[in-house]
Amino acid sequence: MRYRVQTRTRAGHIAGFVALGLIALAIVLPVFAGRGLIQDMFFILTMLVLAQFWNLLAGYGGLVSVGQQAFVGMGAYAMFGAVILWGVDPIPAILAGGVAALLLAVPTAYFAFRLQGAYFAIGTWVIAEVTRLMVAQWKALGGGTGTSLPREATGDMWGVSAVQALFGLREAAARDVLAYWLALALAVATIGGIYWLLRNRLGLALSAVRDNTEAAKSVGVDAGRMKWFVFLIAAFGTGLCGALIFVQTARISPDAAFNVSQWTAYVIFIVVIGGIGTIEGPILGVLIFFALQSAFADYGSWYLFALGIIGIVVMLVAPRGLWGLFSDRTGIHLFPVQRRLVGRDISEGET
Amino acid sequence: MIGVDTIVQGVLLGGLYALFAAGLSLVFGIMRLVNLAHGDLIVMGAYLILILVTLSGLNPFLAALVAAPLMFGLGWGLQRLVLNRTLGKDILPPLLVTFGLSIALQNALLEGFSADSRKISAGGLETASADLGIVTVGVMPLLTFASAIAVIVGLNALFYRTALGRAFRAVSDDPVTASLMGIRPAHVFAMATGVAMLVVTVAALYFGMRANFDPAIGPARLIYAFEAVIIGGLGSLWGTLAGGIIIGVAQTVGAAVNPEWQILAGHVAFLLVLLVRPRGLFPRAVD
Repeated sequence: MRYRVQTRTRAGHIAGFVALGLIALAIVLPVFAGRGLIQDMFFILTMLVLAQFWNLLAGYGGLVSVGQQAFVGMGAYAMFGAVILWGVDPIPAILAGGVAALLLAVPTAYFAFRLQGAYFAIGTWVIAEVTRLMVAQWKALGGGTGTSLPREATGDMWGVSAVQALFGLREAAARDVLAYWLALALAVATIGGIYWLLRNRLGLALSAVRDNTEAAKSVGVDAGRMKWFVFLIAAFGTGLCGALIFVQTARISPDAAFNVSQWTAYVIFIVVIGGIGTIEGPILGVLIFFALQSAFADYGSWYLFALGIIGIVVMLVAPRGLWGLFSDRTGIHLFPVQRRLVGRDISEGET
Repeated sequence: MIGVDTIVQGVLLGGLYALFAAGLSLVFGIMRLVNLAHGDLIVMGAYLILILVTLSGLNPFLAALVAAPLMFGLGWGLQRLVLNRTLGKDILPPLLVTFGLSIALQNALLEGFSADSRKISAGGLETASADLGIVTVGVMPLLTFASAIAVIVGLNALFYRTALGRAFRAVSDDPVTASLMGIRPAHVFAMATGVAMLVVTVAALYFGMRANFDPAIGPARLIYAFEAVIIGGLGSLWGTLAGGIIIGVAQTVGAAVNPEWQILAGHVAFLLVLLVRPRGLFPRAVD
């Protein structure tokens, strides 16, 4: 065979080894890191997961949703419901959060897919509002004012006593370590899963639908099914992440769980500034976002004003984000998903 | 409990929602651009009128007349300098840019005016009422509804009886062909956003006199406007009015049953229409 289609690159190989090293380092981080750093890392990792799923939706699936807070909130509330109403341990209840978000995604997609293009965005927002208003009526979980996880549930949480014994930490700090490890696992699984998906046949079909729906259909891609698939996957992952975030905070209210700025605006900012339509983009974006947040969050609304303006400028000047700029100049892809034709003839330039 | 009074109040409230929606509908109809900052622009308009009233002691209606050209200029500039660059086949840039604008506007207003809720005082007009035989209604809601009808009649006249309206329809159908006929789409788009901002000024005037507002409530106005447009069917301004009325009636009826259900009832009405008539009640445009 003289020609091959391949996605592997040398940068990809190196990135793979570096990633393994970083993951190993991240696993042992609680041994030497203080509680503050662990909490910061938890924030970064959970925002990264949300950003990766939004990027999967908008960057690869062409589905610009402004209603992802519906799935964060639904996941969080389902986790609280499972703990408070059924007495489930919070850790397995996270799974219930993912499932509940998945179930919510079915009617959401059914309604929102009736709306074309830009109207889809506001349609998802409406459904998130409806979900928030309905959850606020759920008196058993505190209605509009919210509630906290019961002390006995957080105290006896799976694994907390083991972490306490391992590091000699107090209960609250041990819970943070546990939540951090779960966030790390979720982030690695998310990035790994999306990377695997995009290198797969499904990923090819997805890119084809995004680039030209009609052409993709004409070669046999079921565009409608691809959209459903991506939307449901993103909802499930977002729900898991939402449930995990609120296991760590242990307190919930409809306004916090369904917050459009926190769970959608920030996430969109992260993806846009980092680079939409790449796996590297949200990773870079979340680091920039965290740096900006740490440096300027004290400026309150001026900080948010600046975020909005930066988002606009990046979209106008560099629509593919900072990673896009870097990648275009250097040709480096850390998570290569492009299929390139390689072969002796091409490299030797024969006729 | 739910009497004629509730329904009439809902219909009149629908006039306000139609005012919110008309600008959104106009811009979308001409350049397929959904402005996610539309609600925040309405709130900004209300603050602008409030400043003029406070500083000069003008009557709010006169203040709105002063604000209108400023808002037109702002819309024109916004379209010309920013939004025109985002138009194209890809729907992402306009959505993300207007979303960024929405966040920036909200926070700029928050910084400038604090989170306290404000209201434009309209003096005796606020409490004046008119007896319509079966029900007694406030003069203000009645005036709002009448203005909504006037705005729609005016926009339809602009669309179908003027050279600018012809240009609007031409670039809406096909900007490339229109530009061959001597129309500059970039300029026409800027005019369209300017006109939309005039409608936003009218909406802001009644919105600001009707109830308290604060910098954070723009997105909810965007959602009502959007629901009215979709219920009515894209491209039909009278349909948008009908959509506004459906949301308004659903909200007042919902509130009459249980005050906590007011907003929810409006959203549910929207979802029901979307379920039964995905293209709205009076669809015209095919896109």
